[in-house]
Order: sequence, then structure tokens, then C-alpha cells
Amino acid sequence: MADFFKKLFGKKEQKVEPAKRLANESATTAPLSDLQINAILSNQNSRYEMKQLVAAVGQSVGKQREHNEDSLLALTTTLSGNAESVPFGLYIVADGMGGHQFGEVASNAAVRIIGGSLMKKFHSYLFNLPTQNIQDPLQEMMAQCVREAHEYVQREAPGSGTTVTAALVLGQQVTIAHIGDSRAYAVFPDGRIDAITRDHSLVKRLEELGHISKDEAANFPHRNVLIRALGQGEDLEADIFTLPFPQTGYLMICSDGLWGVIDEKDIQRAIAEAPNLQRACQIMVDAANAAGGPDNITVVLAQMIG
Amino acid sequence: METRNIASSDSNSESNSTPRQQIQAGSTLANRYNIQDVIGVGGMGSVYRARDLHFPNVVKLVAVKEMINTAPDPLVRQTIVQNFEREANMLATLNHPAIPRIYDYFTYDDRSYLVLEFVHGKDLETIINDSAGFLPEDQVISWAVQLCDVLAYLHAHKPDPIIFRDMKPSNVMINHNGDVVLVDFGIAKTFQSGQKGTMIGTEGYSPPEQYRGEATPLADVYALGATLHHALTRRDPRLEPPFSFAERPARRINSALSMEVEAVISTALQYNPTERFPSALAMKDALMNVARKTGALSKITSALPAAASGASIKPLWTFKCEDEIRGAPTINQGVLYIGCYDNNLYALDAAEGKFQWKYAADGGIVSRPLVFDGNIAFGSSDKRLHLISQRTGKLVWTYYTEGAVYSSPALSEGHLFFGSDDGDLHAVNVSSGRPIWKHATGAPVHSSPLVLNNLIYFGNEAGMVSAVDFRGAMKWRFQAKRAVTSSPIARGQAIYLASLDSHLYALDASNGWAIWKFRLGKGSLASPCIADDFIFVGAADGFLYCVDIRTAKEIWRFRAENQISGSPSAYKDSLYFGSVDGSMYCLEYRTGRLRWKFETQGAIIGSPVVFDDILYFGSTDHLVYALFA
Repeated sequence: MADFFKKLFGKKEQKVEPAKRLANESATTAPLSDLQINAILSNQNSRYEMKQLVAAVGQSVGKQREHNEDSLLALTTTLSGNAESVPFGLYIVADGMGGHQFGEVASNAAVRIIGGSLMKKFHSYLFNLPTQNIQDPLQEMMAQCVREAHEYVQREAPGSGTTVTAALVLGQQVTIAHIGDSRAYAVFPDGRIDAITRDHSLVKRLEELGHISKDEAANFPHRNVLIRALGQGEDLEADIFTLPFPQTGYLMICSDGLWGVIDEKDIQRAIAEAPNLQRACQIMVDAANAAGGPDNITVVLAQMIG
Repeated sequence: METRNIASSDSNSESNSTPRQQIQAGSTLANRYNIQDVIGVGGMGSVYRARDLHFPNVVKLVAVKEMINTAPDPLVRQTIVQNFEREANMLATLNHPAIPRIYDYFTYDDRSYLVLEFVHGKDLETIINDSAGFLPEDQVISWAVQLCDVLAYLHAHKPDPIIFRDMKPSNVMINHNGDVVLVDFGIAKTFQSGQKGTMIGTEGYSPPEQYRGEATPLADVYALGATLHHALTRRDPRLEPPFSFAERPARRINSALSMEVEAVISTALQYNPTERFPSALAMKDALMNVARKTGALSKITSALPAAASGASIKPLWTFKCEDEIRGAPTINQGVLYIGCYDNNLYALDAAEGKFQWKYAADGGIVSRPLVFDGNIAFGSSDKRLHLISQRTGKLVWTYYTEGAVYSSPALSEGHLFFGSDDGDLHAVNVSSGRPIWKHATGAPVHSSPLVLNNLIYFGNEAGMVSAVDFRGAMKWRFQAKRAVTSSPIARGQAIYLASLDSHLYALDASNGWAIWKFRLGKGSLASPCIADDFIFVGAADGFLYCVDIRTAKEIWRFRAENQISGSPSAYKDSLYFGSVDGSMYCLEYRTGRLRWKFETQGAIIGSPVVFDDILYFGSTDHLVYALFA
């Protein structure tokens, strides 16, 4: 029954003229500035003939830390011409930890090694003539690069570790490699925010086991204890999986300095109100700092347009 | 504070440009303790072996534990030192054979030292790691009993019980007499200032409530349970998800263990403290009982779960054809359609198996009939695609290819698509039976095409997977190492298929990129099937594999007695498939547990179909079967 109504009203809403809908919205929310209205209108009017990937980032050391132990890589490539355009992007957020300032070594090594190794693997596909398809499955390549970074951190920065959330966008699919408690989200224009990754943290584990409730989890004293980290332990098992790129929405990756400090509403609002991705990232970083900035803050937003 | 073995600590301390300098061997502390060696390194400082120079005529060895006060605030530092001294005083009053004696303590600048009895021996973690197999249960029980004793002693301390807090194999020394000594009291904990930011949890032995800051005698009981679990299974809990002991009972890992000892361990490891042993003494009693029992009674062999046999399963009906059935049935409007090697396509009443009509081709039929708009389309080894009337079984048209047609047709936009041994994918107009185009692949196409998003996906016997558009133009190709007889299936933006090259592949439907591949024991001719987030496929090694569709991780595998050539079918929470061993299997699909199997008199090559709680399939014993699913 509910579905039926949803369908009914969902369809109805689509029929409303853009201008009318705008009027409706402003009646229920705060009045929009001219700038915002222009942004919304221009978004509605513009058509992108070519499918392309766009991305922006934001980062801040925060208000309470001296060091930035977060590292970030954002690579966006579009190759187009007579052959079909295949969007290619690589986005990595790593949040390092561990004594002797090795945390920043670990996170920096993770983004560079994973990024560098993947680019090497994709070089012949992207730039060779004629282009060469890679036979190795994407998930295996990701796993291999993560393992390389893991071994490097164990060797060069023993005792330290880092979270890694890496998203490889190829065509319409995203392949994610994930360890630790940085997160990837799919953010949709209707306000829905889906967490794509699962934290490898003690608190999440307890929540999954049903030993603590969501509220208890929010106030759990050891929220920052990880049960898996790159650089830690003999056998590292990253979560690696592939899913369709959130077509009408955004792919977002961030460290816990962001998701642990601002809530989903703040994220929604930042993305909805900002005129572009860069502003949206900065607004989120500012919000996390305004809320105390207890930890390093890193965010990446990527969008598929066209 | 965690003590690590010496070998690893040495290499660490060299590569670490740690600001915390270790004391050099040969130097003397407090004019009394001559440092000989580092025997452990922890987060708070090092542990040294030293000689007590107050006994010049004998070599009296002591352990000197160093704790470095890193708190920047002077008031905090002072409090830490006071706590340290208070605890050292308290520990000095303890008198138990399994607790090292405390001789002395002192503080210089930012370093505090505790001088303890030196224990000759090895810690339990080293013993576990150095042993070739599992430690004998009797041996571990005898140590466990001693550990219960010493915990009971600590817990009975007045005025307040002492909680050890850090029971784990590396904190249990086995001395030269083979007795346990508890080392590394939680005293060092006072030196751990509150850490900020992301931390790495390495615990694994501590109970859940300890993370909430509660330390009770029952926390030590849990940690002892975890220690025993580690000692008896060689599975280090620090490498496992926290509190996952219940998911890996000790006997599943070490089947030589007694059920009794497993019961003791699992009671100690209860998540809820009230469900554990009420005290270390109660745990000791339980262990003593185990020792008595296992010593006296011969091992109890576990009764194997009675495998559900198919003997009790009676088919609803069977129908006998004149030759082997190697294809899959289709059910439509209460009628079952199935092709046979006797060249006939049969129409049977699905409820009772009564014959309705048959249509004779000029060759065997293995393709799955496709029913649509009152017609049935199927291929035959007579090189033709046949279209016949669903009601009467009379021919509408046939279409000739240059090779046998084993591929089942797919319908889209008024066209039928199917492969042939002539190496082509054929597109035929449904109403006229006229060819629209052929797409040449260079090798026979047994794989049945999948139509999705205006593309047609199929494999060929040379291992090539092709995606062609509705005009027959190639969109992409993917090359497997051996034949792809398997028919692709889709989920989301990916297609899945198996190959004789022993892999199950996930390919990006829009560009043919391999997303993952999963290694099978042998090649597979069979098409996979999907339910929930699982993908199932059988292979020539006789295994039916269940794989997580997102991550390509194996969930379970089930072994049939011979190869599996047909595609499985998922229905409700069951998975059905046949094997060349002649049986139809029903498994619970989330766990791979066998529900039942049903034996036929011939190999089962084709796939089963479930409709309205009834399972239909054919066998090479010439029979079509209908069973209650």
C-alpha cells in the first residue's frame, strides 16, 4: 500500500514544473539566496553531452592536533575521442596512527603505494596505442596493491598502521578496498546517505554482535579502537568489493575526523547547498572544525555527470 | 604493558628511532643492579635481566622492569609515581608460588623501576609458537588449574580484590619446574596516559566489559578462558575479531579436545559475565572434573548427524522417455516441457506427469525450451531452431544453422538469439523465422545468450565472452583461458559465468572488465545461479561452491560424489542441483548443509526447476522426476 502511494506521488512530483517545485520548496524551508536559486536552475538546465567524472577534496589538520596523519589521493581521468569515453578515477583516504609520528608515514605510504601501483597497472590500458585491456580482475589488482602498501608500512614504519579506503572508478563501476574506520558513502540527491563500507572497529563489531545499541555505540568510550589496520598483523584482509557508481548522486570518502564529528544532515546540507563540489568539501571541513575539530579531517567527493 | 620476545624487540628498537633509550648492558642501576640483557620491551619501557650486586658471592638474578613516565603535566606525573609506589607496596605483600616476589622499587626522573624475582623459563606464548602441533590437553589443564589457583588468591585479597587484568599467554611463564608464574602485573597500566585519536586495539583476551572500564574477577575468568582457547587451538585471538570465540569452538579447530574442556572454555568465555563461572575457584573445580573424566573415561566419539537419505523421498510422479535427458525443463501454465535425446520435445501435465503431446525433431534436444506468446522455441542437434505451438505441439517454423544447436534461445524485441556449433550467434525474427544477422565468433557457441540493457552476452568454446548489440556489432570481448559453455547471468551492472579454465568470473557488463575471478578446483560447464548476495556454481571437481557476490570470498562448498554439470536452482532457502553421481541434492543455501539427496539411476546433467514447491528435473536414466521441494 505504502509503495503504491509512493509510486503515485513520486510520479506526480515529477510532473510539476521546475519553477513550481522551487516555489514549493522555498515555502517549507528557509528562503534561498539568489545565488542558490541560480545554482539550482543552472543545474537543472545544463545538459552534459559527455559522460565525465568530476571530484573535489577537502582536508584540515583540525583544531586539536599538531600533526596531520590523514593522507589523501584524488586522481580523475577522462579519456575521450573517437573511442568511447571511459571515466577513470582513483580516490584514497588514509588515516594513520601509531607512535613516533609514524602514523603520517603509514598513511602517506598507503596512498602513494596503492595509487602508484594501480597507475602502473592501468598505464597500458589508458595510454598505450592500441589500448591494452588488463586481464587481471580489478579486485585482485586492488588486493595486490594494498598488500604492497601493507608490507611497506610493516617494514618502514613498524608499530604504526593506517586506515585505507580506496575507490577505483572505472566506467560505471566502483571497486572499493577498505580497512579500518575511514568510510565511503553513496550520497543521493533525495537526501539518502548509504554507508558503503563497514568500519573495522571494536565499537562496530560490538554493535554487529548486538551487544550494544546504536545509542550506546555513539557514546562508547573506545570508539577509536580499530580491529584491523594496514600495517598491523601478519595477514591483512581488506574488504574488497565492486558496486555501481551512485549514478544520480555522489561518492564520498572521508576520515573519522569528518564522519565522527558532523552528522548525516550536515553532509546532506553541505552537498545540497554548495554551488559546486569544492565548496561542499570545504563546508563539511569547516563544519567539523566548528564542532571542535578533534581530529584530522579529510573528505573526497566524486560525481558522475552526463 | 606488553612484553614481547627478545628477538623481535631487538630488531624493533634498532629500526625505531625511539627517543626512549634503553639501558646499556653492563651499566648499574641504583648502585646495585647490574644490567645484563633486555628480556622484553613494552609500550611503557623495557624489562631487563640484572644481577643483584648485594650478593657478591652468588649470582642472584633479578628482573628489572622499567616504566617511563611520559605525562607532560608535572601534577599528573607525580600522581602516576604515587600510584606506582602504592601498587608496588601492595604487590610486595603478596606471597604465592605463582607470583614473582617483589624486592625493590625506585624512581629516577621520569623512570620508575620495579625489581622482581627473575623467572627461569619460557612464556606460554613462546611455548605455543614453538610447538609443532597442539599442546596436550592434559598439560594445558594442569597449568589452567594452577592459574585458577593464583587468580583465586588474588581475587581473595583484602581489603580489595586484586584483578590481574592482563591474563594472556605472554604473561604466563612456565618455569624450569613446569609450574606457572604470572608475570607483568597491571601495575604498568598507571603509566598509560589517556591516548587520543585513533588507536590500534590488540587485546583479544579481554572481556567486553573491560572496554567499558570495568575490571572484576570475572574479567580474569574470561581472559583465562581466552588464554586456554589460544593454548589449545593455536589460534591467536588478537588476530580474530573480538569476542568471536563462540564462532570457533575449540574442538572445531582441535578435534582431539574433549567435549568437557571445550565446555569449560566456552563457559569462561561467555559474553555476559553472569553466565561465566562465578569465580576462579568454580572454574578450577570444573577443570578438575574434566581431568578426572578424561583420564578415566575413554573418548566419547561424536555421533555423526544422520545424513538425510533419499530413501524416504518418494517422487510425486515420474515419466519415462526413450533416451537420456540432458536438458532442463520449463514449466508454463501447468505444463512441463522438456527435450530428450530421443529427439522428442515432451509436454507433460506438471501436476501428474501425464503425457500431453510430443514433437519429434531430427536430433537430440538439450536446450531449455523457451515458452512465449503461445509458442515454444528450442534448438536441437539437428542444426535447427524449432518454433512450435504450445497448445498442439505443431511446427510453426524451423531455422537452419550450420551446426548443432545446444544453446537455449533468448527472446528480446521480437527476436530470438541463440548460438550454434557453426560458431555464430544467430538473430532470428520470431514471426517470420527469417535470419536478421549472424555474429561470427570462430568457435562453437554452446552458451545460452543473456539479453540485458540492449546487449547480448554469451561465451564460446574457445573461451571468448562477447557482448554484441542488437545490430550484431561487437561491443566488447573478454578472453577466458578455456571454453565458456556456461551461460551468463546478471546482477546489477555485472555478468557472471564460469569457464573450463577453472574460474568463476564477474565481468563489468558495460565494458567486459573482470571485476573478480574465483578459483574453482576444476573447470565448469555449468551456469551459476544467484540468491541474496550469494552466487552458486558447480564444477567438475564435484564441488558446489557458494561465493559472496560482492567480494568473491568463498562462503562454503559442498562435495557431491561426482562432477556437477548442471546449473543449480535456488528456491526459498534451499539450493537444488544434480550431479553425475546420479543424485539430486537439496542444501540449505546459507550454510551448505545437506537437507536431503535423491538418487536416480543415471547421471543428472541438466538443471532442475522449482515451481509451486515442486522440483522437476530429468536424468540420463530416461526419467523425468517431480519431487516435493
